[in-house]
Amino acid sequence: MSIQTQTATSVSEPQISFFARIRWGRMFAHAALLFLVILWSFPTVGLLVSSLRDKDQLTVSGWWTALVVTERNELARLPLADSQVEEDGRFVIRGEIFEPGSGRSIKSFGTKSSELAAALPGETLSMRDAGEITVNRDGSYEWVSGEAFTHTRGPRIFFIAEIPPRFTLENYVEVLDSSGIGRSFVNSFTVTVPATIIPILIAAFAAYALAWMKFSGRGLLVAVVVGMLVVPLQMSLIPLLRMYNGIASWTGGESKTYLGIWLAHTGFGLPLAIYLLRNYMAGLPREIMESARIDGASHFKIFTTMVLPLSFPALASFAIFQFLWVWNDLLVATVFLGNTEKTLVLTGRLRELLGSRGDNWEILTSGAFISIIVPLIVFFSLQRYFVRGLLAGSVK
Amino acid sequence: MFEQVTSAFLTILIGVVACFIYFWGTNWLLDRFLRSDGPGLSGRQSVQRDTLRSRIRPWLFLFPALFFMGVYLAYPVFATLWLALHDRTATNFVGLANFTWALTDPRFLQAAGNNLLWLIVVPTASTGFGLLVAVLADRLWWGNIAKSLIFMPMAISFVGASVIWKFVFDFRGPDADQIGVLNALVQMFGGSPQAWITVPFWNNFFLMIILIWIQTGFAMVILSAALRGIPEETLEAARIDGATDIQIFFGIMIPQIFPTILVVWTTITITVLKVFDIVLAMTNGQWDTQVLANLMFDWMFRGGGDSGRSSTIALFIMFAVLPIMVWNIRNVNSEETTR
Repeated sequence: MSIQTQTATSVSEPQISFFARIRWGRMFAHAALLFLVILWSFPTVGLLVSSLRDKDQLTVSGWWTALVVTERNELARLPLADSQVEEDGRFVIRGEIFEPGSGRSIKSFGTKSSELAAALPGETLSMRDAGEITVNRDGSYEWVSGEAFTHTRGPRIFFIAEIPPRFTLENYVEVLDSSGIGRSFVNSFTVTVPATIIPILIAAFAAYALAWMKFSGRGLLVAVVVGMLVVPLQMSLIPLLRMYNGIASWTGGESKTYLGIWLAHTGFGLPLAIYLLRNYMAGLPREIMESARIDGASHFKIFTTMVLPLSFPALASFAIFQFLWVWNDLLVATVFLGNTEKTLVLTGRLRELLGSRGDNWEILTSGAFISIIVPLIVFFSLQRYFVRGLLAGSVK
Repeated sequence: MFEQVTSAFLTILIGVVACFIYFWGTNWLLDRFLRSDGPGLSGRQSVQRDTLRSRIRPWLFLFPALFFMGVYLAYPVFATLWLALHDRTATNFVGLANFTWALTDPRFLQAAGNNLLWLIVVPTASTGFGLLVAVLADRLWWGNIAKSLIFMPMAISFVGASVIWKFVFDFRGPDADQIGVLNALVQMFGGSPQAWITVPFWNNFFLMIILIWIQTGFAMVILSAALRGIPEETLEAARIDGATDIQIFFGIMIPQIFPTILVVWTTITITVLKVFDIVLAMTNGQWDTQVLANLMFDWMFRGGGDSGRSSTIALFIMFAVLPIMVWNIRNVNSEETTR
């Protein structure tokens, strides 16, 4: 889980003579770092907590109050006269406001929407139709009248409900069921896995040639690769889209296909792949290569039997990069795969939900969490390789 | 759906097998048809064939990569240049009309202005925070955990991050309970809640926060490694001379890692220039938050698409990247000659 850096030089112990001053510095460092960490994690924690909350609570109270009882103004309609029973000469209507097992309770109630706090639980209010009503804390009520009830329309009762904190996976069930996130999840995987694997082999051969073969134009090619590292994707979109459309109308096929996006991601990922792998391969010990050459091994053999296995860390670094980048990409997917219901990837779906259901936070939070869980798992389990790649990949 | 998953796995299989057949096959063919130890070869011919083989082989290794980079990156650069000089359907040559349009269009100018703002704020803030965290975390026992947490947003997509932050910025009427953290804090301190992302000019900064949140981890990792690379003796010597922590930081650490700071800065700058997802997801350019990459995307599809204007905007982004590209290439070249 920890970020590892290759050289771990030991930090020298603070000197005793500076003890007091350094202590204060330390305290300040602890506080400042803690503040930054909280600042950085707070938004993500909020998303996760919110996605697990009951959707009615989510919209009325901040997620930081998730463990606190929330209050909500609600109303209930009382039953009609035909449910009355006669007891000792009185007429009674009994019932429950809450569904059994909901854990809710009444904080106060009233008979008008403007008088939510007219009475506390257990107290009695007189009703406009007839008789008096007593509502208990657990939501059970008793409406008593001396004469028979005759009303044909159930009167309403207004109350403040106390809702205990409730965590649930319902939001996830809903979002997977109805909003197409499940489908998009599969689409994202379909796009990502081939787009991660295909470039690696192609890049590895090229990187070997640029690192260990002697030929004229090598320096120039390295420069070209470094240049291409920073070419904005925006430059490629329109010509490629036109090219894809051209091919599609020529062959009579479709222009927005998975094959198209796999190849596009391959092309876009190659400069970084070649750059990372070449740097790594160039750092492999020269003696091994040369002695293998003297023993008569061909370049092809050296590459497949020695360099490729030795380069595993760099291959892993690039694979993680490419996986995260493709999984998180919105632009390439929108342009080359389109926005149809069938082909939307997770990022595209999330963006669509932001537009169409911008206020349904139960859907947005759980949807977003589904979309970030895979990269987070990859990231935390393979962080070492990721960091190593980052250090090697930034052009020095 | 099943079909699509099978086709994905089939593609992986076909791709990997095809790569191997290509690389192995071409090598085999080369060795077969340009043998140097065949019968009836004079010594000179044999040597000639050796050199010829070793000249051809690198290109066999390089060909697939060069092909893909050529088709997907090099050709489009020239095609975009060509398209920028043509009209919306790329049928008629219009000279520099698209460029004059861009430089007089208020929406383009606004997007360019916003981009400039992003370019100033985001790399500065990300590098600054990254450096701060790196310096603090290296001194504390729980520094690695802290670094992990601050690094985490790097794994989150721009769209995912937009959802996370839109929730932070959420606004619910002045009298309601706020469910967005920011407005809740504002309310707590007696301010009046606002729909932050709709307040022109300042909303740009609220969008920038998202990218800073993501990029700080990147800056932190690189700078932390650079800080550890500073020789301990240098710091020790300064301490013995009685330098304070602040003096050590500004007098020794910063100058020592300055090249790395530049690298981080330029890398983030390039990311900023391409920023698109965040603006699209948060505002889609409304309330004066447009940026070039999003404007380009807009023109690409609006009303059937305008390839001329869209390409022109892409070129402006490319122009902005160009100095960094040249600088990178020069650095790598000078490294190459010393290798």
